[in-house]
Amino acid sequence: MSGVRVLVGTRKGAFILTADGKRQNWSVSGPHFGGWEIYHLKGSPADPNRIYVSQGSSWFGQLMQRSSDGGQTWETVGNKFAYEGTPGTHQWYDGTPHPWEFKRVWHLEPSLSDPDVVHAGVEDAALFKTNDGGQTWSELPGLRTHQSGPHWAPGAGGMCLHTILIDPSKAERMFIAISAAGAFRTEDGGASWTPINRGLRSEQIPNPEAEVGHCVHRIAMHRSRSKTLFMQKHWDVMRSDDGGDSWREVSGNLPTDFGFVIDVHAQEPETIYVVPIKSDSEHYPPDGKLRVYRSRTGGSEWEALTNGLPQRDCYVNVLRDAMAVDALDTCGIYFGTTGGQVYGSANAGDTWAPIVRDLPPVLSVEVQTL
Amino acid sequence: MTIRVELPAHLRNLARVGQEVSVDVGGRATMGAVIDALEASYPMLVGTIRDQSTRQRRPYLRFYACEQDLSHEPPETLLPDAVITGKEPFLVIGAMSGG
Repeated sequence: MSGVRVLVGTRKGAFILTADGKRQNWSVSGPHFGGWEIYHLKGSPADPNRIYVSQGSSWFGQLMQRSSDGGQTWETVGNKFAYEGTPGTHQWYDGTPHPWEFKRVWHLEPSLSDPDVVHAGVEDAALFKTNDGGQTWSELPGLRTHQSGPHWAPGAGGMCLHTILIDPSKAERMFIAISAAGAFRTEDGGASWTPINRGLRSEQIPNPEAEVGHCVHRIAMHRSRSKTLFMQKHWDVMRSDDGGDSWREVSGNLPTDFGFVIDVHAQEPETIYVVPIKSDSEHYPPDGKLRVYRSRTGGSEWEALTNGLPQRDCYVNVLRDAMAVDALDTCGIYFGTTGGQVYGSANAGDTWAPIVRDLPPVLSVEVQTL
Repeated sequence: MTIRVELPAHLRNLARVGQEVSVDVGGRATMGAVIDALEASYPMLVGTIRDQSTRQRRPYLRFYACEQDLSHEPPETLLPDAVITGKEPFLVIGAMSGG
C-alpha cells in the first residue's frame, strides 16, 4: 500500500485529497460538481478506481455519478429511486401519517467484492441496490415494509437511512441505521430485517425502551469482528457484542455523550473514536474545544486527543458520515467539520493537522488506502 | 421542428453544453414535448427538471417564453409561435437564491 485518497463531500461540491503513505504532503483536487450538495462519495473496495457519488440539490433533485479512474473523470448514471409498490405512510413530526417520499441518497456502500454492486441508503428511509454499476436502482422493500415502518419518524435532519455495514465474513448479513427508527439487521441480503435496539434507552420517545424509534446517529464495526458493533446514538455511546441483539452503554467519562460520528481503528478492534458534541440543541464541541476522544478499551474509558486541534473558540460540528480511518499500519484518522476543515492524523489520533481549512461545510469523509 | 432551449448554469454543466441547446420536436410543440426531447437528447438531465415519479416540474424551476411565465400551464400547452419558429428560446430558469 502506497498512499491514501480521502473523499470529501461538502455542501458545494466534492474534493479529493491524496497523499503518500507518510500522509504529510497533500494534493487537493476539486471542487468536483461545484455548487452541488455531495452527501456522500465512496470507492469500491474491489476496484479503488471505481467511485460512486451522491449529488443533489433542492433545485434539480438527485443525481448519481460514477468514476472508473479514481475521480479524474465522471459519468452520470441512473438516478431513479422508486419505492416498490404503494409506499404507504410513516409518522410525521406531529405524529400524523405522512406518505413516504424520496428526497435524497445519504449513503453509498459499495460491495466488498463486486465493483458494480452498491447499496444506497435514502431519505425517506429505504435501502436500494444496483447490480449494474449504478445504471439502475431497485429497492429492497423488506426493510421499509417492516411491520414497524408506519411508526418510524424523521429526526431533525429528515428520516434518513445513513449507515450501511456489510459483514466481511458473510455478505448477506448487513446492519443499517435510520434516524429516527433505530438499527436493523438482515441475514438474507436485505429480504427481511430484524430491529436490533434492545438495550437502547431514549428519553425523547414515549416508551424510552421501545423496539423502534431511537435516533441512532452512526454504527461502526471492525472488519475482523462483525459481532461487535459500536453506536453513537443521539445521546449515549453504545456497544454490542452479539451482532446487535443487545446493547450496553459505554459512554464512561466522555464530557458529553451526544455526537454524530464513531469509528474503529483499522488494526485495533478495541480502539474507537468519537467527537463529543455539547447537546442536541447546541451542535458544537463543549467549551469551544474540538476534541476527538479515543478509547483503547472498547468504550467506557476515554482519553481526549487535542494535539493539533483548536482548543478555544471552536464551534463547528462533525456530521455523522464525516469520519473515516485508513488501513495503513499506523492507522490514519480523518474527519471533516461544518466549518470546512478536514483534519487528519497519521498516528492513530495522537497528533492532528488540518489537510484543508476552508472548504464548504463537510458532509462526509471517506478514505481509500491505495 | 427545432426548438431553442436555454438552461440554468448547473444543468448546462451537467449536460456539458452552452447556454442554449436546440432540440427537435416531432408533432405538436408543447412544453411537455420539448422537455421529452431535451431528456432524450441529454439523458443526464432526466429527473432534474421534472420529478421522475410524478412528472411534475420541480418546485424551484420555472418555464418562461416570450416574457410569459408558463410554469403553471399544463404540459400539453402549445409553445408561443415565436418559440416554434425559432425566433425566441424556451427558458428553463432556476429560482434565485442566496447561499
